Amino acid sequence: MLKIDNLHVKLEDEDKQILKGLSLEVPAGEVHAIMGPNGSGKSTLSYVLSGRDGYEVTEGGASLDGEDLLEMEPEERAAAGLFLAFQYPVEIPGVGNMTFLRTALNAQRKARGLDEMSSGDFLKLVREKAKALKIDADMLKRPVNVGFSGGEKKRNEILQMAMLEPRMCIMDETDSGLDVDAMRLVADGVNALRSPDRSFLVITHYQRLLDHIQPDVVHIMADGRIVRTGGPELALEVEKNGYGDLLAEAD
Amino acid sequence: MAEAAVQTKDVTAPAAGARSVDALAARLDALAVPKGGFTAAARADALARLQAMGLPGPRDEYWRYTDPKAFNAPVPQPIPIEEKAPDSPLFTDLDRIVLVFVDGQFIAQESTDLAGQGLEIDILSAADQGADHWAADLYGVLETAGQNPVKRPFAALNTVAATDGVLIRVTGKAEKPVHILHRRGSADADVTWHHVIRLEEGAELTLLETGMVGARSNGMIEADLAAGAKLHHIAAKRAGHQKLGFSAIFARVATEAQFKSFTLSVNGTLMRHEGVIEFVGDDAVAHIAAAVLGDGAKGPFHHDDTVFVTHGAERCESRQVFKKVLKNGAKGVFQGKILVKPGAQKTDGYQISQALLLDEDSQFLAKPELEIYADDVVCSHGSTTGALDETALFYLRSRGVPRDRAIVLLVLSFLADALEEVEDEALRGQINDRLEAWLTRRAKI
Repeated sequence: MLKIDNLHVKLEDEDKQILKGLSLEVPAGEVHAIMGPNGSGKSTLSYVLSGRDGYEVTEGGASLDGEDLLEMEPEERAAAGLFLAFQYPVEIPGVGNMTFLRTALNAQRKARGLDEMSSGDFLKLVREKAKALKIDADMLKRPVNVGFSGGEKKRNEILQMAMLEPRMCIMDETDSGLDVDAMRLVADGVNALRSPDRSFLVITHYQRLLDHIQPDVVHIMADGRIVRTGGPELALEVEKNGYGDLLAEAD
Repeated sequence: MAEAAVQTKDVTAPAAGARSVDALAARLDALAVPKGGFTAAARADALARLQAMGLPGPRDEYWRYTDPKAFNAPVPQPIPIEEKAPDSPLFTDLDRIVLVFVDGQFIAQESTDLAGQGLEIDILSAADQGADHWAADLYGVLETAGQNPVKRPFAALNTVAATDGVLIRVTGKAEKPVHILHRRGSADADVTWHHVIRLEEGAELTLLETGMVGARSNGMIEADLAAGAKLHHIAAKRAGHQKLGFSAIFARVATEAQFKSFTLSVNGTLMRHEGVIEFVGDDAVAHIAAAVLGDGAKGPFHHDDTVFVTHGAERCESRQVFKKVLKNGAKGVFQGKILVKPGAQKTDGYQISQALLLDEDSQFLAKPELEIYADDVVCSHGSTTGALDETALFYLRSRGVPRDRAIVLLVLSFLADALEEVEDEALRGQINDRLEAWLTRRAKI
């Protein structure tokens, strides 16, 4: 599904190389985790894949089901089925959460040549999905993420994911700032979305999220590339021994 | 030569130079100034005041950011009348009293029959045939009070030259909103209209204003709110691109009264709106807000909001919320003042002016002022100028919202605080829809 090949990325405004030849492949239906120390380029990878400005791809590429991701605008990538759950979801005062969800959903439907969803169907769907994530009517009415707690913001990201039904979900440190209960809610939301034709790339610092979202494959990232790939046991190794040993080994 | 003329004409006008006196004479000559019935004395007084102060120039403190030249010119450039407005008219689905003005003249046939509406509504041009009217206590009176300490020559000119308007007196709660609907008649109309609104004790009124007026216009509202009265004023102005417009609202707010005025203003070459509010009784509330959209693509855009709120009583709350969205070299100005007089304790004054610049060619000039002579007050002011939030834009796009649409949503988000000042949810929704339509038409930047 997602294929990243020898990706080299630098900051647009600075002569600073962040990704230095990163390759990985996430087949349909699998959950892959990327772990790595601070500054290894994990967030940059998520931003480059979703199309944020400010980065320059100097070599290599990335594709979704064979389509060149890097050629597309961010909204085209979303319509193609890519979703990024933000590490820091953005507050948008003055735009209601419902309006936001509906605008996004219908924009994607339109891009895929489908009719807009009717108000009635939309309301029914959003209520059902929100209930599972314990998102109340008040949170749906409020402006996007404004005054939401850290946990509420992350649950709202998962609600968007559930509504938009992307095929490739990238989660950028969704566990940061979550307490145990919130993490379980988020993980349950993600697990409910797992399916043979949907894949996940879960970026995290810690192993604990992976207790709740069981990965098929774990990648260790350092200094802009994948230095080791293995099964879930790799995450346990990091938890036990830290990154030091693994990185020394990779060098 | 001209100097001598000044000497013989008016020795009490040292501030007004010879050129400005000539310019004022030419300006007045070009207007059909009514003699006036009950307004005659007020008009004569305003003329004397106007001659003493003269027309403004760029050296006047409150005209530094806005060049009054086009307002000073004897006649405006004609502006062709559009075949059809791009938006459907606002507020038409409401049960309301409609007063239609074409080039500033009242058109009875197209307006609601005023008999049996439970409101006292007179038309200025008709009422001014007579020597007596309740509005004589207010016509030009609030304007005169508002000339101190800042001179407002175009407001004085309005009192001198207004040809029509409405005089509304409300006792009790008005059941329906009054909707003043302006339409254009001829391409070169230079229109001066003047409304007087008197809300008696505990009275309530919603006043709506929409439509386009003239190639140039000078419009004024004098609103007098007695104790406990509530006036909710909502104006939605869409000007032609070459349009010149001056407008002013003078409000006198008594004990526990509530005055709320919101203006939506789009387009226009040169627009200036002055809001002058004075609290004369304790525990009163006054909010004045505006959302302004300017696109310099079809000619120059300059919009100036100049506000002066005087707290002359205790425990009053004032709020000024001004938001401007500017692109393609559009220029926005905000001059806002809160004056707290000695003894106006427990004043709660707030002022915010913000501009969203959608490109690097646009400009926002803000002059917030506080002048406080009481020691137990809360007054705050802020002013910001910024570009679109790129992170928020990316967030929306990453969810599949196309860039143009995302920008519209973010601009509406920026304007939301100003729109909040429209209390009525249905009216606010209509204004929001209007804004959205305007923004969507111009989304590509």
